[in-house]
Amino acid sequence: MTSRCRTYLLVALTLAAFCLSLMAGKSWIWPTAWLANDADGWIFLELRLPRALLGLGIGAALGLSGAVLQGYLRNALADPTVLGVSSSAAFGGVAAIFLGLNSLPFGLFGCAMLGAGVSIVALLALARGGGPLGFILGGMVLSTLAGSMTAFLISISPNPFATSEIINWLMGALTDRLMNDAVQALPFIAAGGALLLTTGRALDALTIGINGARSIGVDIGRLQWIIVFGVGLSVGASVAVSGVVGFIGLIVPHLMRRFYGEQPSAILLPSALGGALLTLTADSFVRIIPGPTEIRLGIAMALLGAPFFFFLLQKKQGRMI
Amino acid sequence: MILRSDNICFAHDKRPTLFGVNARFLPGQFSVILGPNGAGKSTLLACLAALLKPDTGAATLGDRAITGLSPDERAKAIGFLPQGGETHWAISADALVALGRYPYRNGFGLSAEDHVAISAAMAATNTSQFAKRPVTQLSGGECARVLMARVLAGEPQWILADEPLANLDPGHQLDMLGLLRGQADSGKGVIAVLHDLQQAVRFADHVVLLHQGKVFAQGDVTSVITPENLAHVYGIDANLFKDEEGATQLLIKGKIAP
Repeated sequence: MTSRCRTYLLVALTLAAFCLSLMAGKSWIWPTAWLANDADGWIFLELRLPRALLGLGIGAALGLSGAVLQGYLRNALADPTVLGVSSSAAFGGVAAIFLGLNSLPFGLFGCAMLGAGVSIVALLALARGGGPLGFILGGMVLSTLAGSMTAFLISISPNPFATSEIINWLMGALTDRLMNDAVQALPFIAAGGALLLTTGRALDALTIGINGARSIGVDIGRLQWIIVFGVGLSVGASVAVSGVVGFIGLIVPHLMRRFYGEQPSAILLPSALGGALLTLTADSFVRIIPGPTEIRLGIAMALLGAPFFFFLLQKKQGRMI
Repeated sequence: MILRSDNICFAHDKRPTLFGVNARFLPGQFSVILGPNGAGKSTLLACLAALLKPDTGAATLGDRAITGLSPDERAKAIGFLPQGGETHWAISADALVALGRYPYRNGFGLSAEDHVAISAAMAATNTSQFAKRPVTQLSGGECARVLMARVLAGEPQWILADEPLANLDPGHQLDMLGLLRGQADSGKGVIAVLHDLQQAVRFADHVVLLHQGKVFAQGDVTSVITPENLAHVYGIDANLFKDEEGATQLLIKGKIAP
């Protein structure tokens, strides 16, 4: 199968998962009832559609960001959390809940995006002149700092309700997201994703190292800007609307390399599609397993992702060591 | 066009490495930068390739400062082979060679000219037969040739190679030197940082001998590689002689007692 056919198949599967996400839930809504003027139609428009759109966007953002960062750092262990954008956005969101700003229209989303924005500025300042090492160290410092400040806010939160609200939000989920959330997040995700999709050839060039890439005309400083803004906007907006959903950014690029080869540019679009496919499927799955409350998407991803990743690593080990 | 180093000074993190280096390189010549470890050879080459910006002075191509060229313009003029031959992903050899076409990129993948240049570069380096093999599965000698094909695919007028013989066995070293020699004979400017004095004597036209960040001597290979210069710069006792075929050979007899 050529890679073009694989991509068509991936698009078809993603569309199927999107439709599944529109239908699946405690009450199934079949396509015939989607536009009906009754309770099912209302659930479809107000709950299922935004949720499916967000699953699509967030999954694509995380998968694509993971693929770009792994390519840029030339390290298959990188994922969108390494830049500290997720933690900073999460801190912004937690601060909004802590201060009660989440009752305002753009309160939670705005604060989380502000957190992501601060991390973008800090990263650009930290990484200026430095190569990937400065970049990743800066990201880890930011990530640790934001994580500690989040823990601090939780520890001093005045009442158990606020604490539980914060913790619930932090454990990434798409439960009860409304069209308003989708309208806020998707433009940022689309803009960030568009930036990231332009990096393919420069990432390919890094295959021959930083100096090799620079010698064939890659502007590393510019590439860094694009990556920081692309990841900052798309992952920042994802976290702002869904909390932290792990594993997708790490695991999807690995999966795609098995089908598309290791050339960094070849896995960008597939990783976006694969991320969307995985997120939509997992989010449909958490809705249909029986139980009093939904399993959080972030938890479900880790539960599904970890064993799968072990399996991949184990298969790879024979070749590597 | 002449590639020149005009009074280049450079310091790595406040540690001065080059002190006012003046050197000129001509197209059609195989130039070699020699000198002991830490003499500043790779730093000079990196300045010539605009990977480092000199603190004072400039590298110039014709009448333009190299740092004043756009990255694409510079990449089309000067091909650079980094030290160490790193490759990170298991991409196919022809995909790696295609990276040499990066400065000619348009939005639509590889053009017909790109494919011609890639095939020619792979033919010249004798790498066409493993075009589809992942570079991570190639031997050191094969990988070095693929990386050189990447440089040639950019069709640069200048080829700058930083220790292109490192980690190659004698046979592959001779292949690489023959390839560089051939590029110089076809009119390109070739500049290589080498450690192997014997190979430099046999293949180079022009030598720049660096010592403690300064040019100790430069010019024709026979005028620069002399027992006196080698004794002073490397502290070695070396002899030059003609072999039975009339070629100049260098024999290193030992260290000179300090």
